[in-house]
Amino acid sequence: MAGAAGGGGGADFQWCFSQVKGAIDEDVAEADIISTVEFNYTGDLLATGDKGGRVVIFQREQENKSRPHSRGEYNVYSTFQSHEPEFDYLKSLEIEEKINKIRWLPQQNAAHFLLSTNDKTIKLWKISERDKRAEGYNLKDEDGRLRDPFRITALRVPILKPMDLMVEASPRRIFANAHTYHINSISVNSDHETYLSADDLRINLWHLEITDRSFNIVDIKPANMEELTEVITAAEFHPHHCNVFVYSSSKGTIRLCDMRSSALCDRHSKFFEEPEDPSSRSFFSEIISSISDVKFSHSGRYMMTRDYLSVKVWDLNMENRPVETYQVHEYLRSKLCSLYENDCIFDKFECCWNGSDSAIMTGSYNNFFRMFDRNTRRDITLEASRESSKPRAILKPRKVCTGGKRKKDEISVDSLDFNKKILHTAWHPTENIIAVAATNNLYIFQDKMN
Amino acid sequence: MSAESPEPASAEEQKEMEDKVISPEKVEEAKLKARYPHLGQKPGGSDFLRKRLQKGQKYFDSGDYNMAKAKMKNKQLPTATPDKTEVTGDHIPTPQDLPQRKPSLVASKLAG
Repeated sequence: MAGAAGGGGGADFQWCFSQVKGAIDEDVAEADIISTVEFNYTGDLLATGDKGGRVVIFQREQENKSRPHSRGEYNVYSTFQSHEPEFDYLKSLEIEEKINKIRWLPQQNAAHFLLSTNDKTIKLWKISERDKRAEGYNLKDEDGRLRDPFRITALRVPILKPMDLMVEASPRRIFANAHTYHINSISVNSDHETYLSADDLRINLWHLEITDRSFNIVDIKPANMEELTEVITAAEFHPHHCNVFVYSSSKGTIRLCDMRSSALCDRHSKFFEEPEDPSSRSFFSEIISSISDVKFSHSGRYMMTRDYLSVKVWDLNMENRPVETYQVHEYLRSKLCSLYENDCIFDKFECCWNGSDSAIMTGSYNNFFRMFDRNTRRDITLEASRESSKPRAILKPRKVCTGGKRKKDEISVDSLDFNKKILHTAWHPTENIIAVAATNNLYIFQDKMN
Repeated sequence: MSAESPEPASAEEQKEMEDKVISPEKVEEAKLKARYPHLGQKPGGSDFLRKRLQKGQKYFDSGDYNMAKAKMKNKQLPTATPDKTEVTGDHIPTPQDLPQRKPSLVASKLAG
């Protein structure tokens, strides 16, 4: 039976509601829309970024023997304003404060570090705890007022006293002015010293300690902008080989680059593209083939790409086609015209692996999200909704009816709410705990066996 | 279960069946072309990409702004209606017209 230790078989066992964060009101303020979700390396911390430039970090509570049902709930640990809206006067360009991506650094000491980015600027934040404070200063009072030095007649040694835990976030580095176009990805290297940032046309390599210099490693800007045919949509470093990274394009291709081969990686080492049947080409072909997310498997052997209608798993050793293709919502193929008119066809869905790479997950519309088990080939559609939000309630699989006769409990394609899109999901690195962002709400689900 | 076994379709009948099955994507394409006959010759090509690269572009003419500031000392100039988002064209933009982007002073409701 599935559900082995290490997070196996995502679609085989049952998922239960655990928690939901965020307001219930119908009127969603644009600033509250969640734009990124990311677990840290241990899964103890879960970070979200929103359109208002704010970051909220949740921490998993320690398992409590006196409250066996708390089962490691996530509660607010820290929140801060990461980015502010800006106006570039030279270019007449409005710079949104929306957090496009958050990536955690591996933990090296007591503090936690993460990178957060908007369209133009990447920031390194340090999140540290303070649970002690010094009391008994000589030169100032307990409330901080300076004491009159002439009144001091004796010296004392300040002592450390415990205080209520305070979590502080401070910006340690600001990596600015390196991107002409809009940043879509950041990725921390396995060397833990460098990271890359990618915009529509260029990819830069940074050292985490150095903010006034970055190396350009990919530049696909044509000499004549009229000749522009594709843009970079996502980029990621290989999880183990610090010289390897991939980037995906709006034309549905992925290029793997090796930084050892040359300083400027305009020429790829590998080129991944699935051959297309030319007779099936339509106006929509290129748009729906645009890759919105690319993620290496934890093993580093595979990578996964998400385009508008499907998720594909690629073996890094095979460039001419993916090894697995999963249909997310094929029924939308006959709705492409209206999806183009309401711009939904440009929605950028993300995808993620579970800890053991045996399952993958991605979002869809109507607050549905999909999970695929790579071993059993079974898939499941679940919904993030307030209706199924009772503690430990098992999520019921959902089904979209494509044909004429709609069975009970099925929902027809025309009834789907295209404003309820799940673009961002995250899977705990080792356990079967998932975080699903539904507009302004964050849902946390766990498997029943946990 | 039918008592008779169906006759194998002839080659001609098969081709006729294939022609009738048009991909749903092509049906959608036909719908789009019918509604927007002038839609670009290069689908998903340069126009669409260039629009993507220009996201966030606002238009502000410093010359207009300074002229307006100078004139405002004497009289009130026509300013944009409050709900106008594009500050271009038929009136002189002033700093008050540019849509104010207030930073989020309110804490996130996820932390509430």
